[in-house]
Amino acid sequence: MSKMATRTAYGKALAKLIVERDDIVVLDADLTKSTKTGDAQKACPERHFNIGIAEGNMMSIAAGLAASKKVVYASSFAMFAAGRAFEQIRNSIAYPNLNVKICATHAGITVGEDGASHQAIEDLALMRSIPNMKVFQPCDAKQTEMIIKAVADLQGPCYVRLGRGNVEDVYTDDTAFTFGKGNVLRQGKEVAVFATGMMVQEVLLAAEILKKDSISITVIDMPTIKPIDEQLICRIAKDHSLLVSCEEHNIIGGLGSAIAEVLCEKCPVRLVRIGMQDCFGESGTPEALLRKYELDGESIAQRIIGYIK
Amino acid sequence: MNNHELKKHAVHIRQHIIRMVSSAKSGHPGGSLSGADILSVLYFEEMNIQDDNVNDYRRDRFILSKGHASPLLYAALYEKGLLQEDLSSFRQINSKLQGHPNMNYIAGIDMSTGSLGQGLSCAVGMALANKLENNDYRVYTLLGDGECEEGQIWEAVMAAAHYKLDNLCAILDYNGLQIDGDITKVMNPEPFDKKFEAFHWNVMTIDGHDYDAIRGAFQKARQCMGKPTLIIAKTMKGKGISFMENNPSWHGSAPNEEQTKQALAELEVQINE
Repeated sequence: MSKMATRTAYGKALAKLIVERDDIVVLDADLTKSTKTGDAQKACPERHFNIGIAEGNMMSIAAGLAASKKVVYASSFAMFAAGRAFEQIRNSIAYPNLNVKICATHAGITVGEDGASHQAIEDLALMRSIPNMKVFQPCDAKQTEMIIKAVADLQGPCYVRLGRGNVEDVYTDDTAFTFGKGNVLRQGKEVAVFATGMMVQEVLLAAEILKKDSISITVIDMPTIKPIDEQLICRIAKDHSLLVSCEEHNIIGGLGSAIAEVLCEKCPVRLVRIGMQDCFGESGTPEALLRKYELDGESIAQRIIGYIK
Repeated sequence: MNNHELKKHAVHIRQHIIRMVSSAKSGHPGGSLSGADILSVLYFEEMNIQDDNVNDYRRDRFILSKGHASPLLYAALYEKGLLQEDLSSFRQINSKLQGHPNMNYIAGIDMSTGSLGQGLSCAVGMALANKLENNDYRVYTLLGDGECEEGQIWEAVMAAAHYKLDNLCAILDYNGLQIDGDITKVMNPEPFDKKFEAFHWNVMTIDGHDYDAIRGAFQKARQCMGKPTLIIAKTMKGKGISFMENNPSWHGSAPNEEQTKQALAELEVQINE
């Protein structure tokens, strides 16, 4: 299996899409090399605009373009897209339900060495809480490509959360993404783990480790965070005694919260949330950070053993 | 259109504003009244917007960046015959006439605004779209003077000049007052002209209640190539109603029944002046 960062897959997918569709316009805020919108810029320079280091301005400009029937992809780091420009996204884009696709890279603690100022662990919570907004987080290159293409045809604002580091291929074919649906990757017993983004590879690793101890867990990939796949969550809840959510995000407001909201109202089952435990990250290699904050496959496996004991 | 007709429309716009704010018992009369003459020229002379293209984005566009002056925009659309809503539903439950404009509720409202500082950026986006499509449509936006204290305005000013958006014309409704008082005392944004010029904008300063001056400025803006235009329109907050003129307490409060009667009567006289 090969490895590629979801931001890299985004760059490639967008470069293809901008050539295929002449209604697409791409905006960036001085991070074209990092967000990989530089690929689209090379493919179609006349429909790529660098707005400079002004994320709020970029989001409102995106709204203006979308009000003239353009499909706009706007990129920055998740911290500055969802964080700094939150209110522009809320009022200029989401309230009028405009066709802007916010593709935010460098989400979560695996940004690494840049440290906590650049590690968005609140963006899913922020974006999920805005009416009209749809929220996605791909786990690998294939899924990224499919989501980037799919959001162009979804009416209204979308937030796509992308990562900095390389991730394993989970999918090879078009089963990777169906809008609003989670994918059961492994069928086990008793314990079911819902994961999103790069945590999918860590949970699959945890599943392999647990298998050696004769523990078989169900693993579900959740590329659509909003609208959340209620049907699947309830079905899984019926068949398992413990549910676990796993995300590279604060345990408040992200995937775990979205699942908890469904469980509480429709099918109560115990849910344990794995993620950043309401604390900021720090500088370090992505591997060291995942280990310290217990988000690597080994730590996840140990925690699951702890839960079922 | 001759100046007398423009004046008549402006007075009607002011009367609609007073009726709306009065029946809602809330809203922003002061900064709505100050922009009435500018919108009269925009909607009755300058912009190509009418019945047969109001639903199309391929026409001249207007963004009320100072979205709290929504009564001004509703009044202009109503006076133009493009808005059929009952104006007395302004700010009431289930009304399309929201406290701040919603573009999805009313044809002819080109952007949802209300959060200050964002409308100019949206206008930049529309002007970029027009450049991409090589069309001649123009984008107009009315800025508040206090609004220019928002940092995003200057981000948009920089971007508009960078992309040489000569199809963009911003009008500064310079009435000199914000909620907390004189703008030069709250947070002085002066000098507007030198600041916009330093950002490579084409800048003009006019009397915002003089139809010849407003008309002339729009004409000059059309002729300016390679630069966006700012028209600094010196206006009077509460213009047209004696007890509201230059009084910041009318920024966000509504007249009572007695004051409404007086205001409408004062305006009625002005139609034939």
